[in-house]
Amino acid sequence: METSSPILPQATTSRPDGPTALIQARNVSVRFGTTQALRKVSLDLAERHVTAFIGPSGCGKSTLLRCFNRMNELIDISFTEGTIHLADTEIHHPDVDVIELRKRVGMVFQKSNPFPKSIYENVAYGLRLHGTRDRKILNEIVESSLRSAALWDEVKDRLHESALGLSGGQQQRLCIARAIAIRPQVILMDEPASALDPTATMRIEELVLDLRKDYTIVIVTHNMHQATRISDYTAFFYQGELIEFDATSRIFANPAKKQTEDYVTGRFG
Amino acid sequence: MESHHLNPHRPARANPLPLRRARGLHPARALSTLFSGLTALATYLILAILLLILGHLIWAGRSVFDWRFLTTGTDADMFDIQTAGILPMVVGTTARVMVMTLFVMPAGIITALYLGEFTHAHSRLARLIRGAVNNLAGVPSIVFGLFGLGFFVAFVGGSLDEVFGGPGVEPKWGKPCLLWASLTLAVMTLPVVIVATEESIRAIPSSLREASFALGATRLQTIRRVILPQAMPGILTGGILAIGRAAGEVAPILFTGAAYYMARLPHSPTDQFMDLGYHAFILATQSQSIESIQPILFATVLTLLLLTLALSIVAMFIRAQIPRAHDAPM
Repeated sequence: METSSPILPQATTSRPDGPTALIQARNVSVRFGTTQALRKVSLDLAERHVTAFIGPSGCGKSTLLRCFNRMNELIDISFTEGTIHLADTEIHHPDVDVIELRKRVGMVFQKSNPFPKSIYENVAYGLRLHGTRDRKILNEIVESSLRSAALWDEVKDRLHESALGLSGGQQQRLCIARAIAIRPQVILMDEPASALDPTATMRIEELVLDLRKDYTIVIVTHNMHQATRISDYTAFFYQGELIEFDATSRIFANPAKKQTEDYVTGRFG
Repeated sequence: MESHHLNPHRPARANPLPLRRARGLHPARALSTLFSGLTALATYLILAILLLILGHLIWAGRSVFDWRFLTTGTDADMFDIQTAGILPMVVGTTARVMVMTLFVMPAGIITALYLGEFTHAHSRLARLIRGAVNNLAGVPSIVFGLFGLGFFVAFVGGSLDEVFGGPGVEPKWGKPCLLWASLTLAVMTLPVVIVATEESIRAIPSSLREASFALGATRLQTIRRVILPQAMPGILTGGILAIGRAAGEVAPILFTGAAYYMARLPHSPTDQFMDLGYHAFILATQSQSIESIQPILFATVLTLLLLTLALSIVAMFIRAQIPRAHDAPM
């Protein structure tokens, strides 16, 4: 990488000065077949901060999220252009192992998707994949991950029961525990609370604020209040383009663009 | 304007729709009743036929079917009602089904994994393979018998003899035997395993694959840790169906391994074997007096039925061992 300080193409797409940029995306475009999903998006993700992606359905926010751990590659007809640096590494470089990338960039999905295994085995899954066999280490990390995901007290007596017996909110927190068990640097969250009731949503939000101390978090959300409650920066997307990217307070209180204002005030979207 | 409070003492105004059932037969309802009666009749008819067959077998074979019959061999006169035993046929049929399972399960599972995990459901290649598999399922079993003779016995076996034997040496591989009969049966039952496995693989939600990939799993790790455990009940169902189909088949093994008579039990894959189904055929067609050997014939067929049942029960038992608690409830 040429430089570690973010040089940004446009002032409007820049993250305000402050924390280090852990991920730097430049001119990222994604196309699925003939459909352009994302157009030349450039932005930085601040380390140990929460960045929210907002915008109406189909605006490209989830597509960009899935660029950061190269999940779009699972779709045969996807084509990605532009560069994304994670710290000093261009993640599309031929030397980059996508498996190592995904160990460092974890993901939580919209619909909770625990494996039909026990609670313990769900959290231990990533560790086992990457070769951890020592029972003592597994036990320790499973416990600490479940504690970090604020789930330990609820499940400590039934670790070896099926994860599918948990409630929706618990399942989603289990998926977060599973993601952080392999100690990623970044956690990508794709509308993690959209299928949950208000109480479960609140717990996820508290968790996100708590995890911010250790992880760089990107969260896609449809819920504008959620973005204001938990994010430090907000990026507004519309029709595959990044319209505005700024500190969350400014995006909601004093947006620079008319479109952003219309969206955050609920006039469309 | 009337009050909206409910008054328990005043009945609701008469409903203009007649809720009471109309007198006499309504044609649509009569047809519906008739139809449900027909479906029930068809179901009970099948059950009745099944019980009739089983009852007839037990009744006709009862004088011969006992422990001695099951556990003794037979000498050259297998039509003698006093001394006839059936052990070699039980061993032969069991062996060919088990060896077949050994081959058909891995081959079927790997094919289904390719179709379900490595190709798109509607890609040209997948459609081609699926079409071939479906056609394979429609081929008459005698054709598999001839294929087995031509391909396994003559071609594969013959080639092995050429390589390892040499001129003048007695053929070891190039003759009908347990191995070739089992392989022929494996080819015949392949579609059953492939279809059952592929269906259970496709039923696994893609969100589980995504979860696995997002944790840095390779495709192989995802298959081993998520796909196969989830698909296992379906795979074993395929196995049960394949065993059920193969156990009773005679045509595929006629030319590829079944023996009319053998003095000893088979003890290598290159031995021929006696077989329950084939033995029933021999009893029915080769005896001097069909009347006198009928009890042996029916006892033999009953044994075949029970053996098929036993093999299926073993497979079902294995399937039941998969922890239920971790199955997806949906």
